[in-house]
Amino acid sequence: MHQTYEIVVKKTLTPEISLISVSAPLVAAKAKAGQFIILRVDEEGERIPLTISNADVEKGLVTVVYQKIGGTTLALDQLQQGERLHDFVGPLGQPTEVENLGRVAVLGGGLGCAIALPVARALTGAGNTVDLIGGFKTKDIVILEEEMTKACTDLHICTDDGSYGYNGFVTGKLEELIASGVKFDHVFAIGPLMMMKFACKLTEKYNIPTTVSMNPIMIDGTGMCGGCRLTVDGEVKFACVDGPDFDGHKVDFDEVIARNATYREFEAKAKEKHACRLGGGAMNG
Amino acid sequence: MANMQMNKTPMPEQEPNVRNANFKEVALGYTFEQAVNEAKRCLQCKNPACVGGCPVGIPIPQFLAKVAEEDIAGAYEILSNANALPAISGRVCPQENQCEGKCIRGVKGEPVSIGRVERFVADWAAENGIANVTTAPKNGHKVAVVGSGPAGLTCAGELARMGYEVSVFEAFHVAGGVLSYGIPEFRLPKAIVAREVANLEKMGVDIQLNMVIGKILTITDLFDMGYESVFIGSGAGLPMFMKIPGEALIGVYSANEYLTRINLMKAYKDGAATPILRNKKVAVVGGGNVAMDAARCAKRLGAEVHIIYRRSEAELPARKEEVHHAKEEGIIFDLLTNPVAIKGDESNHVNAITCVKMELGEPDASGRRSPVVVEGSEFDIEVDAVIMALGTQANQMSYNGTPGLEKTRKGCVAADEKGVTSVPGIFAGGDAATGAATVILAMGAGKSAAKSIDEYIKSK
Repeated sequence: MHQTYEIVVKKTLTPEISLISVSAPLVAAKAKAGQFIILRVDEEGERIPLTISNADVEKGLVTVVYQKIGGTTLALDQLQQGERLHDFVGPLGQPTEVENLGRVAVLGGGLGCAIALPVARALTGAGNTVDLIGGFKTKDIVILEEEMTKACTDLHICTDDGSYGYNGFVTGKLEELIASGVKFDHVFAIGPLMMMKFACKLTEKYNIPTTVSMNPIMIDGTGMCGGCRLTVDGEVKFACVDGPDFDGHKVDFDEVIARNATYREFEAKAKEKHACRLGGGAMNG
Repeated sequence: MANMQMNKTPMPEQEPNVRNANFKEVALGYTFEQAVNEAKRCLQCKNPACVGGCPVGIPIPQFLAKVAEEDIAGAYEILSNANALPAISGRVCPQENQCEGKCIRGVKGEPVSIGRVERFVADWAAENGIANVTTAPKNGHKVAVVGSGPAGLTCAGELARMGYEVSVFEAFHVAGGVLSYGIPEFRLPKAIVAREVANLEKMGVDIQLNMVIGKILTITDLFDMGYESVFIGSGAGLPMFMKIPGEALIGVYSANEYLTRINLMKAYKDGAATPILRNKKVAVVGGGNVAMDAARCAKRLGAEVHIIYRRSEAELPARKEEVHHAKEEGIIFDLLTNPVAIKGDESNHVNAITCVKMELGEPDASGRRSPVVVEGSEFDIEVDAVIMALGTQANQMSYNGTPGLEKTRKGCVAADEKGVTSVPGIFAGGDAATGAATVILAMGAGKSAAKSIDEYIKSK
């Protein structure tokens, strides 16, 4: 099975978010919900981790969804269907533990919905009753609604501005469900660090075990650099080999949030520079 | 008649104050005349002690004799038959503890600079387009090698020469392991690593990048795919931290992360896609070769650099030459000093490292005098980055869960000096079996494992 890393499918989900399915049959054969890949766009490129959104064993395709935030994701977005990635490594990290827990809620925040999707699908497959709660800023940027509907028992879309579905954050919807008498046996929270932090604060109050998916700064993805370290229950863990899933009630979120800001200036500059280059291209074209 | 000059022929080097601002190689290499002159210092002992000091058993007097006769091609043939990676070992071997440490010339005066001549011969061959890539006819047997560091590359080269079909699986997007991500450009140019890897490919070795064994394929899968034997040379990659407060602050790196950003991802180049923070004042904690490498990289990126080490200079585990080079380049050594905490500002950036002074007490189990804290000696050094170079431990990812494979107490693969493990057909060597050690010991282990693999397959 030859791994060409060809982008076989590319879809623009919103102006900020795109989906690609990449030909990597060996990765697809082993990939499980919760695991991630690392890719490089070109020979000089940076290594970035992206969580696997879907794996099609028969077609040998691995799907990931990305948001155009830094230089690398912007460069990635320049590649079109039929073009190849330079490198594509995986599946990395531990798979999400999927078992029949009973009634579970899966929270996805924005891009996190693409990662919450396979987790919800696997949990549904394992016999759970699954409430999938997907949060977005506004109606226009809701992604993967059809896929999410199929992956769970009940889908609850939330928008921050109330333009679609529940008016408010995913944590608000979760609390509403709890208040209405739903007894959740487990919560999975996947999305921005702030969202996961507040989801954990809420579930701690109701004593519901909660799993979070951490996707911090990484280089190798095999435990070698330690850049992805975080403190869980007072101990140093590496997200790439011990995670990415952790007991959300034991993660030191404030520390991760601070560490993730390390290269924010570089990201902002990369975006600015990229915008300039695009402008230049348009003028020449 | 041997050249009875007492000292080694000096190695031309970049000036310290020039090189500490660039990433070009520090040692420039012997000229033809210098190499011949140095080779002539060899007494051609009947029972050469140097060979016994070489983990890969290079016939040292023989290759030096060829150099002395000005037959460099002949020297290269002898050298490369015994050592698959001479341009690398000539640069990074701790020769003072090995071949040169045993050289009779070292009793009165300095030993023959075997490493420098080795390097000259390997570089000369490359410049003249000579590569020793002859192999025995293909024997139809397949072997998988996990990891493309010094152990894996050596094992692959030896097996390819014997006629085996060898596939090397590398987790990163570049082959070389620590030779690529760990050792800096100024000690081991990456073009040289690439050249040695290309030579293996010319011998028919198939190098598969981006293959994290243990994840995409397990060792059991490799046997199912028709490989008759597997060599595990996946290194000891997990970095250790001190478990002191503040290690999660922004600006605290493991040496592995710092060096990988610089060496593998070229973060030192302007416009590199992988970022690295440019620091003003950096503390490197540790006294080994990796600490020296990290310190010298930080210096080249423009920082004032302090090495913080809890014992005294005599106990520094780094090679003398590395310490000497680091000092010449202006690295400051804060010896008998141990960190107890790292402090940060309101935005979680490192702004100081709190240390205590140490004094040497009684010798401990390692035979070294163990450092004891001087009461009330706590003080802060203002820094904006801290690099932890405290050693690494086994990364079990590639072999964890392999049925029947025994591990050491520290989680390394349990293997004897021939590379034999508890599972027939699985062999291991280098840091994956021994824990963190040197490039040349890994090469030696790769070479003896290749011999064991050959015996194993032939006896099946």
